[in-house]
Amino acid sequence: MARADADLGRVPPVLLLPAVLATGLLLLPLLGLLARTPWTDLPELLGTPVVAQALWLSLTTSTITAGLCVVLGTPLAWLLARVDFRGRRLLRALVTVPLVLPPVVGGVALLGAFGRTGLVGAPLDSAFGLTLPFTTPAVVLAHTFVALPFFVLAVEGALRAGGRELDAVAATLGARRWTTFRRVTVPLALPGIAAGLALAWARSLGEFGATITFAGNFPGRTQTMPLLVYTELQDDPRSAYALSLVMLAVSLAVLAMLRDRWL
Amino acid sequence: MTVPRARRTAAAVAAALLLLPAAACGGEGVGNAAPTRTLTVLAAASLTNAFAQLEQRFEDEHAGVDVQVSTGSSATLAQQAVAGAPADVLATADARTMATADDGGALAAAPRVFATNAMVLVVPPDAARQVGGLEDLAGTDLVVCVPSAPCGALAATLLDRSGVATEPVSLEVDVRAVLTKVTLGEADAGLVYATDARAAGDAVAVVDLPGAADLPTEHVVAPLAQAAEPELARAWVDLLLSPDGQSVLTGLGFGGPR
Repeated sequence: MARADADLGRVPPVLLLPAVLATGLLLLPLLGLLARTPWTDLPELLGTPVVAQALWLSLTTSTITAGLCVVLGTPLAWLLARVDFRGRRLLRALVTVPLVLPPVVGGVALLGAFGRTGLVGAPLDSAFGLTLPFTTPAVVLAHTFVALPFFVLAVEGALRAGGRELDAVAATLGARRWTTFRRVTVPLALPGIAAGLALAWARSLGEFGATITFAGNFPGRTQTMPLLVYTELQDDPRSAYALSLVMLAVSLAVLAMLRDRWL
Repeated sequence: MTVPRARRTAAAVAAALLLLPAAACGGEGVGNAAPTRTLTVLAAASLTNAFAQLEQRFEDEHAGVDVQVSTGSSATLAQQAVAGAPADVLATADARTMATADDGGALAAAPRVFATNAMVLVVPPDAARQVGGLEDLAGTDLVVCVPSAPCGALAATLLDRSGVATEPVSLEVDVRAVLTKVTLGEADAGLVYATDARAAGDAVAVVDLPGAADLPTEHVVAPLAQAAEPELARAWVDLLLSPDGQSVLTGLGFGGPR
């Protein structure tokens, strides 16, 4: 590797300088976070029930979100990758919308659909007395809305990359489409599914805008870690830094877990 | 060495695009002196409407000055002021958040009280008949501010004193966010300032709370240490305390300073 590099000549400064700047841009905020962390007060700041509630809520909602993405997103990705139908490009465009939409706009849109007076929310309320905003399911709904595109696009890419021919072979051997999906398509796409899962989980863990807009902010019910960090920043910035450190640690742990297999 | 034609054209287009905004600004400024100085005001969310009116008045009185008002939770704004936000004046919804800014060394002068406000209960207009006070809130979706915000601290005290065993469903970051949750119909009730309820007009019905008058909050203002326009900052404080400023504030439902 090093020898091959040497053969190609030295690294041009015009490429090296921006690369170093980019590295600094990524690294400096993390160092700033560590520098401001009140290390000695950490146990006291993090040992409160509110923090435990928020961490637990964040971990459970992001895990449920990841699960929903697999159950709902895998079939959607399969449809986009394997079936020719009218409006497929339109559907793919629709899948990418939450990706570019500002999350707070997503929250406003969710209120319009699932709020108490929303398109679906109003009938739900009058028929079953069921309202979503300010509940934990609302958090999961908001997270799934923003995380699903990450999952679907990752899995669709994996499905397209390989295996259409193998699907055809399975069909010639008499397998029905459902059997092919289970026994051939999904096993081949597993690395893509895992990557999509990690992306969706991470996006859900960091979700803020759609959640605070649609689900509100209450400890133990809808206050996830990012919302708690924001709330604490108004009250006690030291606590916000301590919480941010926890989020950084969780993110690094996930990265370390994924590193060997997919990164 | 000759420059290829395509590249020359591209350079000319780029130069024209760069000059375009400058030209537009110049045209706008004719006859109506282009703003050359900017006064940046950090204001509590509850002051949104009042400061919008006062901004107009200030700009009329100070030719060439553009007032920029940035609204949010008093607690957030106080933290921003301490962190050195490039602003000239800070106006909060209570003395406690102003004290945070003072302790952080962000103030250039002692804060002055320029208005008072009281808390009311807002409900959707069609629910006004069912809700007569805090005691009717059991089992409803009540929204209040986070305790760190002045409106949240006040709401917590009020709920505490009333002895009503109602837990809010959400702690919003500022008072306008609480109001929005009620106007959108997502919440059954919200605790906001009287002036916010008034600003919402017919979108909400107001329920006056006994005891709220005994717990007024004081709006305080102070010029900031990092002010780039210290004179304008003092002028803004003066406007708030002037008869003119006071009449705008009382017209919107604020109480006078005591």
